[in-house]
Amino acid sequence: MPHFAIIAVSILFDGLAYAMFLFITSVGLSVTMGLMGFVNLAHGAFAMAGGYIVVSLTRTLGIGFIPSLLIAAVTVGAVSVVFERGLYRRLYKATDLEQVLLTIGLAFMAIATATYFYGPIPKSVPLPLWLQGDIDLGFRTFPSYRAFLIVLGLFLICVLWYGFERTNIGAKIRAAVDNRRMAESVGINVDLLFTLTFAVGSGLAALGGGLAIQLFGLSPSFAVLYLVLFLIVVAVGGLGSLKGTLLAALVLGVFDTAGKYLLADAGGFFVFAITVLVLLVKPAGFYGRE
Amino acid sequence: MNIAKWLGLTALALTVGGTAHAETVKIGVVLPFSGANADLGYQIDKAFDLYVKLHAKDIAPHKVEIIKRDEGPPTGAQAKTVATELVTNDKVQILTGFAFSPSAIALAPVATQAKVPMVIANAGTAWITNLSPYIARLSHSMWHPAYPMGAYAFDKIGCKTAALAYTDFPPGKDSTDAFKAGFEKAGGKVTESIPLGSPVQVPDFTPFFQRIKDAKPDCMYVFIPSGAHATGVMKAYGELGLRKAGVKLIGPFDLIPDNKLQDMGDAAIGTIVMSQYSVNLDNADNKTFTAAWHKEYGPDSYPDFMSAAGWDTMHAIFDTIKKLNGKVDDGAKVIEAMKGWTANGPRGHVMIDAATRDIVMDEHAMEVIRRPDGKLGVNILSTTKAVKDECKVQKIGRCGS
Repeated sequence: MPHFAIIAVSILFDGLAYAMFLFITSVGLSVTMGLMGFVNLAHGAFAMAGGYIVVSLTRTLGIGFIPSLLIAAVTVGAVSVVFERGLYRRLYKATDLEQVLLTIGLAFMAIATATYFYGPIPKSVPLPLWLQGDIDLGFRTFPSYRAFLIVLGLFLICVLWYGFERTNIGAKIRAAVDNRRMAESVGINVDLLFTLTFAVGSGLAALGGGLAIQLFGLSPSFAVLYLVLFLIVVAVGGLGSLKGTLLAALVLGVFDTAGKYLLADAGGFFVFAITVLVLLVKPAGFYGRE
Repeated sequence: MNIAKWLGLTALALTVGGTAHAETVKIGVVLPFSGANADLGYQIDKAFDLYVKLHAKDIAPHKVEIIKRDEGPPTGAQAKTVATELVTNDKVQILTGFAFSPSAIALAPVATQAKVPMVIANAGTAWITNLSPYIARLSHSMWHPAYPMGAYAFDKIGCKTAALAYTDFPPGKDSTDAFKAGFEKAGGKVTESIPLGSPVQVPDFTPFFQRIKDAKPDCMYVFIPSGAHATGVMKAYGELGLRKAGVKLIGPFDLIPDNKLQDMGDAAIGTIVMSQYSVNLDNADNKTFTAAWHKEYGPDSYPDFMSAAGWDTMHAIFDTIKKLNGKVDDGAKVIEAMKGWTANGPRGHVMIDAATRDIVMDEHAMEVIRRPDGKLGVNILSTTKAVKDECKVQKIGRCGS
């Protein structure tokens, strides 16, 4: 295999794994923002909560990594409903500023809570053996964990695509994103729909948080540090669009990785450069409504 | 007459009793207590608190009053605001802490103007001490470990070529420059130098490390601030199988801070760093220090190089208060009294160089191993005595001004 092809495959592989993490974690944020126009800056806090649940389940209770991920996603999804019904609901008609204040406040409280219970030091998780090694393809080895991330990401994309495009609920969500008042007037219960998507989105964020531990380590700052990335994905993809979020995650993940690999001197600059370029050409993102 | 006599006696008593008059010294502590790097602040602050708790009696009848403020992110802006408030509103007589170089750099003019001594407990960019005559540094310059590491890597670890990677802010550049100077002088060749983004970015190092893996240098020298990024480096290094590919991981102590080492796992084993401190360092003061630390903060909490520096910082401040008999209002006198200060601490024998107001201490090459008790620890490979900040010795760049 020629040298440049190996490099291209490396970049695609690492970029894809990164993109899957971005997609899984951000998709919920995109849909809830598209549906209700609600700015949920506590999204990163839900992801972080998922991560810490995985840490506790695996390290303290000795439950396996994969079951822990599922438990974390379901738990956070369920708990998020309480937040949605109890707090968020009151501010749907409020201004963006008030929504931002509430949710960023929640994020800071989450950071303080996590620091109190887990301390500020980054945590790691024990992985099952089959996720620890690497896969040798002859010309290059690939870490199995990242391969797993790609497979899981593709699987979730299929499930979400099916749910969004082929089911009754999916059709209702799309209708509500397109025109909420019209959807309400034909009898769709948008409130309930929103609670449901909010729970699924938060659950996915928690899953992303659990998956991120092995990639970057998990510390309380996760809630705010990574929020910037999620918001970039949502902005570049366009609010409320599954396709847009996926495309944005792929473009950002792959180009960021390529930039870091090929032009290392420019460092972490690429992700911002891409964001600016995309938003200059398409201010509402790839699939956002202008 | 009686009243005059009484007044006279009181005045006499005050003059004679002046030596026993108890002063309360106000110390302002500026450390990051929030954000991504809060754990760095706590590592130092715990050492401060422990020292004050165990040694408050040493300065009797004088007392210290410690006022803590949040240094914020590694940009310097918030640190400057809170430290200025400490000086103008709270009237602190000594400023200490400063985890980040940008904070110390931003604060230097304030210290000079207010004539308040600034005793640095971490910030490691070499030329910081040149910015104000009121600065003394008890921690380290990036050159302390990085410069000797250059020659050691070439001669002893067998690095003929090395790639450098660093977090893109002043100490990162400083650390890699120092390593490069020592390494090239010894005959090594630096293949490339990669900035890893700013300290507040997400630590995704995989693409950078993959690039290094494909370039196959003998060693990679990495500097990151010792917060969450250290764990990120170890994860990416382990996951990409760089050690198996023959690329050795070397660096300063920030790579393997003692308090995070246990969570780093097997990927860390074999990493070689140059450092002035490890909990495994074998000296009497370190044994007392680590025992007191575990007693206070629990068996799973470990002090690290920053805590050791924090301990020595408070030690120097206390000794100075004692030496000046509690009269620390004159900042110039405080700094003068600190010059040449020497003591034994967790890092062994340390001294403040009277000429540069920077620390002089031993540096050790250490390799991460799995210790007999199953925990990760280090093995001391070699020791260099009384290392000075080579940047100021050789007057390189801003260290010469």
